[in-house]
Amino acid sequence: MGILEVKGVNKRFGGLQALGDVNLSVKENSVHAIIGPNGAGKSTLLNCLVGKLIPDTGSVMFNGQSVLGRKPYEINQMGISRVFQTPEIFGDLTVRENMMIPIFAKRDGAFRMHAIKDMMREREIVDAADHMLEEMNMADKYGMHAASMSRGDKRRLEIGMCLAQEPRLLLLDEPTAGMARADTNNTIDLLKQISDQRDITIAIIEHDMHVVFSLANRITVLAQGTPLVEDDPENIKGNPKVREAYLGETA
Amino acid sequence: MFGLNKQDTTLLIIVAILALFAPFILNPFPEGSALAQFNAGYPDLMQRFVIFGIFAIGFNILFGLTGYLSFGHAAFLGVGSYAAIWMMKLLTMNVIPAIIISVIVAGLISFLVGWISLRRSGIYFSILTLAFAMMMYQLAYSDLFGQLFGGVLTGGETGLQPKVSDPRILDAALAEGATPKAHLFGLEMGASHKMNVGAWSFTFNAGYYIAAFAMLAAFYMSIRIFRSPFGMMLRSVKSNQHRLNYTGLNPKPYTLAAFVISGMYAGLAGGLLVAMDTQVGAERMFWTASGEVVIMTILGGAGTLIGPVLGSGLLKYMENILSKINKSVLESWFSFMPDGMSDFFIAITNLFVGKQWHITTGVIFMLVIIFVPGGLVELGKRIGARLSRKKEPNNTDGSAKPEPAE
Repeated sequence: MGILEVKGVNKRFGGLQALGDVNLSVKENSVHAIIGPNGAGKSTLLNCLVGKLIPDTGSVMFNGQSVLGRKPYEINQMGISRVFQTPEIFGDLTVRENMMIPIFAKRDGAFRMHAIKDMMREREIVDAADHMLEEMNMADKYGMHAASMSRGDKRRLEIGMCLAQEPRLLLLDEPTAGMARADTNNTIDLLKQISDQRDITIAIIEHDMHVVFSLANRITVLAQGTPLVEDDPENIKGNPKVREAYLGETA
Repeated sequence: MFGLNKQDTTLLIIVAILALFAPFILNPFPEGSALAQFNAGYPDLMQRFVIFGIFAIGFNILFGLTGYLSFGHAAFLGVGSYAAIWMMKLLTMNVIPAIIISVIVAGLISFLVGWISLRRSGIYFSILTLAFAMMMYQLAYSDLFGQLFGGVLTGGETGLQPKVSDPRILDAALAEGATPKAHLFGLEMGASHKMNVGAWSFTFNAGYYIAAFAMLAAFYMSIRIFRSPFGMMLRSVKSNQHRLNYTGLNPKPYTLAAFVISGMYAGLAGGLLVAMDTQVGAERMFWTASGEVVIMTILGGAGTLIGPVLGSGLLKYMENILSKINKSVLESWFSFMPDGMSDFFIAITNLFVGKQWHITTGVIFMLVIIFVPGGLVELGKRIGARLSRKKEPNNTDGSAKPEPAE
């Protein structure tokens, strides 16, 4: 029984069957990659996991509880954090403030009227934020406006913000899309380090096979909205069905 | 001091000093001199400065922090005014219950309006608030609820004033023909002390100082909110609501709380307006009044601490001082010129003063938006930076020295 269990999920947009009978089981503390050609339904599946979309049929269980029908912030409070394709951070706030918000959310829940105390006097929150920034190698940037950082730093900050919530499951949507080689390798190292050092499950949607085979210890291949195979990386590499899905006709 | 950091304490003290000495600062020209009409140190206008300052400070908590642009905040000001006047009619002419109830009632109404309007964001939210405000204006103007129950609620076109015959259960009955006057435990709002120094004349008005005290309290509260975790959450709503949702936070209660707080600020302003001048009509709920507070906030600097106070001061100054400059005043100004030339200058200047003061406001508003989108606060910062190049740019809001526009 995995930490995330997707059973018989269907999603249809008008005439398009985006997801057809998807079954997926993500084991605790694994790095599970979901790959597939464009239009395979990877993003639709991800959106069903975080509450942005609701599947037509099927069930999505996280840690024994259904996530269906819950709002994104409720699902996040259950322990699922999401990293977006383009880094989503609070651009108008400072880097430290960016890091403080998820820590507040973890301590105080979805809403708390906390309007009198000076936020810098919340020592434990400020310390936890600074600690996390140090861990992300961003300690020198805490006063910067988040929007003024480089793309790679924004990505680091976003991953740090997700980790600050101590999630059970970290979802990444093409985390290296549009990155230079050096930044991509940095991100791979960072994610490796996270999965080695933390008690965390990582599910990653990725196009870049270099990233997938560097990180994943389990891979699901989606094609036309249906899982084609689910296997270990070594077996996926040589699988003729996967080659066909990616290259069209077998060469 | 007061749980504020050094910078904010300095700012609060500067505002307090400006408010305390406003009767001097706003009356720089001797009585009877040609420039005396630029004096703004008379009670009625000083009261307006601080009351609309409160209105704009509250509006800024919603618009400046969360970015939700409400076009209906004058409705809450009006609701506060009506609530206050009913306290004066039913309970007592003392202003304390009137002000308290105006804040509470405006808070309740803004909760209702916010609950519905905040289902949408962006332009749709603005339109919803505008629609609510216009409905409330219409209800007040036609006194529909009063007619429905066969009595008076808003007094329709004539509005409401306290009358001698009102019950006022806490006060002793007034003699026939007396006028009920608003007071604070016996200190009448209209009570003034005049001080003459040489050719200058300064007026110290009780009502002004009570309103100024309320403004300082409101300003202090807004600093606390800006610096609190709640304030940071409001800024994060403006910055990236998407990320906020995926960080386990529910934006709706945060925006609703900000909406209600700013509604209560508007109610306080409405209550104080009635305390200073015991009458109310529906026109103060009209949508142009809502637009005015938007302009004040943007003119001063949305999202900054001191900006709204400066913006409201500037706008109210222009409304009251520019509008008083009529053709005969202009003629006396340009009388030293040859006839044709003076006619020309009078014709040109006349476009921007008197009844046409809105044109000046419009021009200034455009210049601010185009050249200093951060408003007067950014202008002050730029001037400050130019004067002392060595100085590091400051990141925190409201750190610029306030100009004595208030």
